[in-house]
Amino acid sequence: MKIKLSKKWLASPYVIWMIGFIILPLITIFIYGFTVSKTDSSFTLDNIINAAKDEVNLKAMGLSLLISLISTVICFLLAYPLAMCLNNLKMKRKTFVVFLFILPMWLNFTLQMTAINAILEQEGILNLILTKLGMDPLHIANTPYAIVIGMILDYFPFMLLPIYNVISRIDHRLIEASRDLGANNFKTFFKIIFPLSLPGVISGVTMVFVPAISDFAIAEILGGGRLLLVGNIIEQDFKLGKYNTGSGLALILMAFVLITMALTSGKSDKEGGSML
Amino acid sequence: MEKLLELCNISKSFNKELVLDEFNLYVKRNEFVTLLGPSGCGKTTALRIIGGFEKPDRGSVFFEGKDITDLAPHKRNLNTVFQKYALFPHMNVEENIAFGLKIKNKSKQYIEDKIKYALKLVNLDGYGKRSVDAMSGGQQQRVAIARAIVNEPQMLLLDEPLAALDLKLGQDMQYELIRLKNELGITFLYVTHDQEEALTISDTIVVMNQGYIQQIGTPESIYNEPENAFVADFIGDSNIIDGTMIEDKLVKFLGVKFECVDVGFGSNKPVDVVLRPEDVILVDPQDSELKGVVTSLIFKGVHYEMDVMANGYELLVHSTKMLPVGTQVGVCVDPENIQIMNKPASEDEEVASLED
Amino acid sequence: MKRILKKIGSFIQKFYIVFLLILLYLPTAVLMMMSFNKNTESFEWTGFSIEKYKMLFENEDILEAVGVTIGIGLLSALISTVLGTLACIGIIAMGRKLQKLIKTATNIPMLNADIVTAIAFMLFFVRFFGGLGTHTVLIAHITLTLPYVILNVLPKITQFDYKIYEAALDLGATSFQAFRKVMLPDIMPGVITGFIFAATLSFNDFTLTYFTKPAGFETISTKIYSAVRTKGIRPEHYALASILFVVVLLILFAVNYKGNKNERKKA
Repeated sequence: MKIKLSKKWLASPYVIWMIGFIILPLITIFIYGFTVSKTDSSFTLDNIINAAKDEVNLKAMGLSLLISLISTVICFLLAYPLAMCLNNLKMKRKTFVVFLFILPMWLNFTLQMTAINAILEQEGILNLILTKLGMDPLHIANTPYAIVIGMILDYFPFMLLPIYNVISRIDHRLIEASRDLGANNFKTFFKIIFPLSLPGVISGVTMVFVPAISDFAIAEILGGGRLLLVGNIIEQDFKLGKYNTGSGLALILMAFVLITMALTSGKSDKEGGSML
Repeated sequence: MEKLLELCNISKSFNKELVLDEFNLYVKRNEFVTLLGPSGCGKTTALRIIGGFEKPDRGSVFFEGKDITDLAPHKRNLNTVFQKYALFPHMNVEENIAFGLKIKNKSKQYIEDKIKYALKLVNLDGYGKRSVDAMSGGQQQRVAIARAIVNEPQMLLLDEPLAALDLKLGQDMQYELIRLKNELGITFLYVTHDQEEALTISDTIVVMNQGYIQQIGTPESIYNEPENAFVADFIGDSNIIDGTMIEDKLVKFLGVKFECVDVGFGSNKPVDVVLRPEDVILVDPQDSELKGVVTSLIFKGVHYEMDVMANGYELLVHSTKMLPVGTQVGVCVDPENIQIMNKPASEDEEVASLED
Repeated sequence: MKRILKKIGSFIQKFYIVFLLILLYLPTAVLMMMSFNKNTESFEWTGFSIEKYKMLFENEDILEAVGVTIGIGLLSALISTVLGTLACIGIIAMGRKLQKLIKTATNIPMLNADIVTAIAFMLFFVRFFGGLGTHTVLIAHITLTLPYVILNVLPKITQFDYKIYEAALDLGATSFQAFRKVMLPDIMPGVITGFIFAATLSFNDFTLTYFTKPAGFETISTKIYSAVRTKGIRPEHYALASILFVVVLLILFAVNYKGNKNERKKA
């Protein structure tokens, strides 16, 4: 008992660190979000209200929501069948192929975005090939399509991994039991496999949707600085020193994230968070 | 009685390892048949082929006279109670039981009645809304059975359903299964490695080893008249001794001639002699030609288990009488308790005796 | 007939896997191919050359950014591994409620939007730390990576059989000796994976660095970001990307190989 009591204190540096560098910074955002300016620290709701009323902001929020939803849905539609295919592979090959799909998660994403830009841009590789083949060049660069493509490529492993983890853990006998009780493949999928994989799907959706809706760098690189997402506006506010307005918008974004979390908490697959 | 299920010349291998070889078996309607054998003997594979989860490499499965070898599992009129139950974790007890009926688009009222009936049948009245995770092993077992029988299968396949239960619970469930079978009037095909379980519940036992059937018979005949050394050894404890059949009704083993009841083995033929430990009678040394000495003594509850060294062979003896280590004894056996078997000659039996 | 259908199904599945792999690796493939393209002006292939690699190793700005990235990565990973491992031992010894509270708080930086965490840091540092510096980047990276260290180490410590630790104490070891000689070797695989996780995360981080860095301080990510934003992709970037890809590949292979070996040992 005495040994255990003393061990608890080993966590204290970490706890202090968390309070100092997680809780306090978050409180700081709230302070900025709800005060007038650095010199005038009186309480105000103007930052939030103005951020939510501003037309540019509203447009950005709409675009962010649209782009992140589309990216999430496409990621899901691509990843779910893939997870099933991967699960059907023979054991030895499986680990390696899954590894290949997870690896891009660890690549420097600014370089990845740069590469996608090199492919999509006006005089990029795609159009180079198209003109060589005698076709008309495509205008994808600097459009929302480019941003969606970038997000899908960047976040795809985060959708795949939790779904695959859950599907690969489904007890094969449950599927056999379902077939035994008269369900065909189709019904077995919708009544057994899909409901059981739901925690992984929810994890995956959160892990794609949250970074997508708060992104600014992908939009900056692939949108050519012309398309503004919520993240870009927050970034501009902060680069211009408009800390209070920026914090207001950031709080709105955080509310979005929190709502997503609240909707999914308890249902998501905790182990799916592990990356390798 | 008609044959409900028939397996004809089924062969199956996994990774080039032969699991079933030219396997033939039939099950009659309303029979309780048990496939009994050590792990790896092919019994589960046979069950999975019947259930439709494995395709045999060669051979056919007939059910009610129709060839169902290539039929998908969901189209077969039989249901399986899986090892460790395979209950759907995202559904409660009722939903698990209703699964098969909902698939078949039965009416709501019908499903409700069926669930009620099934829960009552397996003594789980009032547990319908429980989560299956919150149930004990024995209760999960009952849910698995209920889930299978509401579909009114012609035949129920049970894959080691009691293996995960503790001893006492398992024994209670054995009687439950017999009761269920009698109430439902359907055919049970049961797989187990537990010989006591098999002896208790079955009408017919199929003893298997290494993909071959060793013996088919009633529990009594399997126990009392094992056809080869594998069966004798696998079903209960036994002493298997080299002997010589001198003539009909006279066998010589451990240097002593014994009267027996077996005939037709020829004269002066080498045979295997099987003595069940409880059939060996220990008497005063002067009352028997075969003499020995007690070398070990263990109290087993119902009886004492003794090793008796007699003419260089260590006999296993069960007796309610306690004889201390070192006691000189004479060994007697009633003629009808001496079981004579041919020495393994055929390939199948050779394989059988390779075990252990 | 059924066999043929099954074969077609299996083929479609494999085709789908390969198709997505190609899509996923297209950017990397392009970067690698272009890194050997003689042409530095456009994407047209004009011949093989390692000119771009030479340019990379002559570009002191990028090399400095690489050095800074590695330095920050290793230092932050080291600190967060030590803090995180100690924390795990402590967390295990806590009551259920406290454990849950700490685990929830640990998840915040992992789940919250990066940009919110980043500006929270920026405001906090500017207001209470007197501005941004190398140390603020370091603090941000440690905070970012700590949850991942804990995610890797905590399961190992949960699995650890405390009776072994007590046996060491019984045999006369002090609690520190027992930790070092008995417990640490047992949880080491988790600690190492945690460290590599932390370092890789730090290497690849963009958002946190971008908001917490002082002017003139550049990591690979911020350097490329600002370069691409103003002038588009530079020839050296191709070479850098190719080298980084190979390095990441090697590290992940090493981690996976080690993981497999340990699992085999267990079995």
